[in-house]
Amino acid sequence: MQFEQLYQEIILDHYKHPHGRGLREPFDAEAHHVNPTCGDEVTIRVRLAGDAIEEISFEGMGCSISLASASVLHDVMSGHTVTDALARHDAFVALMSGRGQVEPDEELLEDGVAFAGVAKYPARVKCALLSWMAFKDATARAVADVAGPVGGTA
Amino acid sequence: MTEIVAQPGSWVPSGMPQFDEAPRYDVRLIREDFPILRRQVNGHPLVYLDSANTSQKPRQVLDVLREHYERHNANVARSVHTLGTESTTAYEAARAKVAAFIGAASPDEIVFTKNSTEAINLVAHSFGVRLRPGDEIVISEMEHHSNIVPWQLLCERTGATLRWFRITDDGRLDLSNLEELVNERTRLVSYVHMSNILGTINPTSAIIARAHEVGAKVLLDCSQSVPHLPVDVAALDADFIAFTGHKMLGPTGIGVLWGRYDLLADMPPFLGGGSMIETVTLEKTTYALPPTRFEAGTPPIAQAIGLGAAVDYLAHLGMPAIAGHERELAAYALEAMATVPGLRIFGPAIPAGRGGTISFALDGIHPHDVGQVLDSLGIQVRVGHHCARPTCVRFGVPAMTRVSFYLYNTTDEVDALVRGLEQVRKVFS
Repeated sequence: MQFEQLYQEIILDHYKHPHGRGLREPFDAEAHHVNPTCGDEVTIRVRLAGDAIEEISFEGMGCSISLASASVLHDVMSGHTVTDALARHDAFVALMSGRGQVEPDEELLEDGVAFAGVAKYPARVKCALLSWMAFKDATARAVADVAGPVGGTA
Repeated sequence: MTEIVAQPGSWVPSGMPQFDEAPRYDVRLIREDFPILRRQVNGHPLVYLDSANTSQKPRQVLDVLREHYERHNANVARSVHTLGTESTTAYEAARAKVAAFIGAASPDEIVFTKNSTEAINLVAHSFGVRLRPGDEIVISEMEHHSNIVPWQLLCERTGATLRWFRITDDGRLDLSNLEELVNERTRLVSYVHMSNILGTINPTSAIIARAHEVGAKVLLDCSQSVPHLPVDVAALDADFIAFTGHKMLGPTGIGVLWGRYDLLADMPPFLGGGSMIETVTLEKTTYALPPTRFEAGTPPIAQAIGLGAAVDYLAHLGMPAIAGHERELAAYALEAMATVPGLRIFGPAIPAGRGGTISFALDGIHPHDVGQVLDSLGIQVRVGHHCARPTCVRFGVPAMTRVSFYLYNTTDEVDALVRGLEQVRKVFS
């Protein structure tokens, strides 16, 4: 049944026991994204160590898909270089935009492959992407802040 | 006009003589008129509980649309040929039907728009243009965004001030400060007759009497009331009402602004273009009388004619019978939903002063997830902030799940909903 492809056990696990939830200090940058159609919100914080993502934390309110995807994001990105993380980000966006036609790369996306079924529900793709888009924003700000001469928080 | 299968008053449940007097109809026969209700969704019979969003259409309306395009299609109000005359006659007949349906003094008080939103924006521009700094507009915390944003924009343009009624914990309008809120500075009170999110039917006489006492006009957003309740503009004593065709069995793309004729006649145009003129030179244009003044360009002709057919259908069944049917469904649903553990209803929890639109939260489960599980069972509900975000904020939630009934829904469908909610709890517990 298609419905079970949407609510995979992995997704429900991440929803009920999220990883990385609760905003952490210190952080280099944060981004707050809103889904205007449903009112879901997420804040993502990123801390860098050199060119690696040292810590990702999030807080938000949203459906099981959006909260589970934030938890998976935390697992998939933590400890990787920024370049590597952005490649993973692109792979996830490609998967979600693929209408179920894209074969997910488990090596890159880990538990993120469980979201392959979500891509078949156009109304829910935005839910899955919310935290990933916020992560991309926060990371770009963190990189700019760390590299640039002017400090300050985003 | 095609015949209507069900006859009003033709069906009384056996053993319930107390209902002999109430106008009613056989919902099983009504459902035969709606082809879409025979559909399966995700392997289950369709249970359509989203009529506050848009209603389904009976074949009587679909037939009229098809017949118009197949036999009479032409532009209106500008042709001497036969088709143009037929089209114009049907378009104006629809206007007269709508006028009679809401008790308007004359068809000239009916302005066809695209939807309720456009009707409200029309008033915000053509009536609102004379507002000045210091003037006040009163709305409520219960409004759809379509009755908030046009007034915010008007206040930005004119320097007028926007104020609002609050909502009580029970989901009713808080009228305790009516005298202070509606005062000699108030130019317009614009509020919702029946809430699209809480289902509340708001009081009219006290607010309208107070508004008129201080010289303010009243616009009622009747998008959710005209489809479901008997609405008579003369009895209401409002100055403007707005509603939309697609929520009352008609097509999308057609809405209505009703206004008192003297007010409409005193208002400048909204959109400029063809049809709305009296005479045009390159320097100066004079404008047609209402309603034509407010209908620039080719109007939604087939849609207006379709709305006329929808009004025929509703009038034949009778709005008292429809309202009674939905009142019974609401009472049944409120009782049935109260049996679901962890379910919290927003808005009036008793079936008085409310319609058949019920929003709720379930056990901290996000409405998207509730809606998705219900959809897998063929049950169509609305989730989100329902274009009424301030109401969600008032009750401290980002979103709600909403079921809304119409004349074709049944208690069996309420039972399916309650079973579906149990399934939701199972998945996310």
